[in-house]
Amino acid sequence: MGRKLLTEHINVEGINTFEVYRKHGGYRSVEKALKTMTPDEVVEEVKKSGLRGRGGAGFPTGMKWSFLAKPEGVPRYLVCNADESEPGTFKDRQLMSKLPHLLIEGMITSSYALGANTSYIYIRGELLYVLRILEKAIAEAYAAGFLGKNILGSGYDLDLHVHPGGGAYICGEETALLESLEGKRGNPRNKPPFPAVQGLYARPTVVNNVESIAAVPVIVNEGGDEYAKLGVGRSTGTKLISACGHLNKPGIYEIELGLPVEEFIYSDEYCGGIWKGRELKAVVAGGSSVPILPKELILKTAAGENRLMTYESLSDGGFVTGTMLGSGGFIAMDETTCIVRNTWNFSRFYHHESCGQCSPCREGTGWMEKVLHRLEHGHGHMEDIDLLVSVAKQIEGNTICPLGEAAAWPVAAAVRHFRHEFEWHVTHAKEAAQPGAVYRANAVLV
Amino acid sequence: MAKITFDGVEVEVPDGTTILNAARQIGGSIVPPAMCYYTPLKGSGGKCRACLVRVAAGSAKDPRPMPKLVASCVTPVQDGMVVENTTSEQVLNVRKGIVEMLLINHPLDCPVCDQAGECDLQNFAFEHGVSTTRYQEERRTFEKIDIGPLIQLHMTRCILCYRCVYTANQITDNRVHGVLGRGDAAEIGTYIENIIDNDFSGNVIDVCPVGALTDKTFRFKQRVWFTKPVNAHRDCPKCSGNVVLWYKGKEVLRTTARKDQYGEVKEWICNECRFEKKETSDWTIEGPAHIDRSSVISANHYELPVLNQSVIADLPESTQRDLEKNPPLKLGS
Repeated sequence: MGRKLLTEHINVEGINTFEVYRKHGGYRSVEKALKTMTPDEVVEEVKKSGLRGRGGAGFPTGMKWSFLAKPEGVPRYLVCNADESEPGTFKDRQLMSKLPHLLIEGMITSSYALGANTSYIYIRGELLYVLRILEKAIAEAYAAGFLGKNILGSGYDLDLHVHPGGGAYICGEETALLESLEGKRGNPRNKPPFPAVQGLYARPTVVNNVESIAAVPVIVNEGGDEYAKLGVGRSTGTKLISACGHLNKPGIYEIELGLPVEEFIYSDEYCGGIWKGRELKAVVAGGSSVPILPKELILKTAAGENRLMTYESLSDGGFVTGTMLGSGGFIAMDETTCIVRNTWNFSRFYHHESCGQCSPCREGTGWMEKVLHRLEHGHGHMEDIDLLVSVAKQIEGNTICPLGEAAAWPVAAAVRHFRHEFEWHVTHAKEAAQPGAVYRANAVLV
Repeated sequence: MAKITFDGVEVEVPDGTTILNAARQIGGSIVPPAMCYYTPLKGSGGKCRACLVRVAAGSAKDPRPMPKLVASCVTPVQDGMVVENTTSEQVLNVRKGIVEMLLINHPLDCPVCDQAGECDLQNFAFEHGVSTTRYQEERRTFEKIDIGPLIQLHMTRCILCYRCVYTANQITDNRVHGVLGRGDAAEIGTYIENIIDNDFSGNVIDVCPVGALTDKTFRFKQRVWFTKPVNAHRDCPKCSGNVVLWYKGKEVLRTTARKDQYGEVKEWICNECRFEKKETSDWTIEGPAHIDRSSVISANHYELPVLNQSVIADLPESTQRDLEKNPPLKLGS
């Protein structure tokens, strides 16, 4: 099994308490950073590590940090995006509930690097129990002198707050998150200005995913170069993958980037193959918003190379034959899965979660959902399939925030790779409308 | 100052100006349409996506094109920026898509809507839309709500531009309405049926681009193109008192604020001027208000005042034949 950087001690009894966490080497990075490094040196290490944002977009964290505007006399903020609500992604929840101090340690070190004296963890409203765990851990950290005034005698002050959202998916978008944190309706903002210039309370702000921040202590402790040795090419380090769906062993795995997808699905070390001895049909590799890929394309790229769990390999072939690593929500579907029904289900989610601010997303998500509902329930027409593609295209790229794309991509990809199933739903409408009906490859299309 | 090229026309504007306002300085048919942006309202814009344009070169320093179309109403210009609006096929196609999206849940009840004739959505759809729809599903509908004795809210027509929300935020001291709900279930409302009771509440009617907020003193009285606008003023202790009176015969049917050529209110007016002073004797008449030649109000009858050449092919055949017989006033490009 590959090296574990984040979850090494996750199963240690009492690791959620300060003492046990400290005994296992916790908070070393805070000591190291505050006592021996300047903030810029910490940023430099993160840059060297090649760490890429773990929330889905994969933007290099060090570069994001270096974009932060630093006007004199103006406070800056670090906000941790713990509003994990992408269907299929559940890594942050586990990381925070088992290792709350790892996130807090990362927040302290990162805030120091960015020169933030107040930082926030914006947590999804449904994760109230995790909020309690974090609040307890923060209280412990304050008591131990790792938070508050003059941390470890270094003269650096930091206040850390946890703030629960109301449970809206859209508040995972960074500017909507900031609006929500300010106490407003969680509508994404128009960009520019970007949060690095005008973020929380119109101050320079960095928003990072939980996993990105949790990787910072490791990078500071071991050095960015050491971290960059793990992984392949520009995909460095380890990544938490939350595997779910029709797998023998669904769960959260910390993998070294570069692991072949085939090994991840079939090896006993990881997911242990498809359940009940069935065939794999399709995989959504990075949370519900990335394009779905059929078995042939997820295991091998269009060029016939092995598909690896890296940002580059998964997106090889663009959206025609590739997908994205996204947030690491790995959903495997076996041969009994109806792709149309699944797409409708995803679409229903985005329809429900669209904030309604900009017209293509507000109207388009609902339209796609209704057309997919019709197709799934046997009332579709052949034109509907092209209509779906066309509506998806009208949304994609024309919205304020990426939710529009997140809604459009899965639909467009499902039609691209499984068009025959959509057609079957039209030609065999009655059959397809039965509960549990699934298109089989050997069925004859009329 | 920043120099930009918009649809091949060079214009120099102060730094921080938005692309849309730079285009408005050039004027004419190249100005992108705006359904939610409203210059007097701070923070408005970016929502309807009608004004999307293509930035072919970001700036003189970084001449790369922007990866996506940008909302011209909220994107500031950069020196050396090259913007394509009507010259870009992509922009026009996307705009067609935006019309379609805005119309799928719109009731299209123009024949009974008071806004018809001065409706931004109607104009926008006329110029950029197609005459058929691909939408087969049920449209969302809402009950009409009376928000106070003077204004009616017909949410079914709303396109959620947020203008009325910004208006209440910025010109009144206490906003009691806002956007409730999410996605296509979002609605303008007062949450628990409340009335909007404020001296300047009537301005939400003027800013509404569609017929979602209408003047109850004018509802169903007359089609706007049968009324004659006249500029007038009075000494008003609350507002500037500069208004437009809309006459039918000798009767003042309605009072509105004065608007500029982009339909934006020049000066906010109070409810007393708007709803109560409906006698000619209340006012000092200045003369006829200028109405753009292309407006149906100017044409005074419901004809095609400006016809976009490119939409003719989408019109039903019978209409095309009629057009050949009776050519419209002028043909747009």
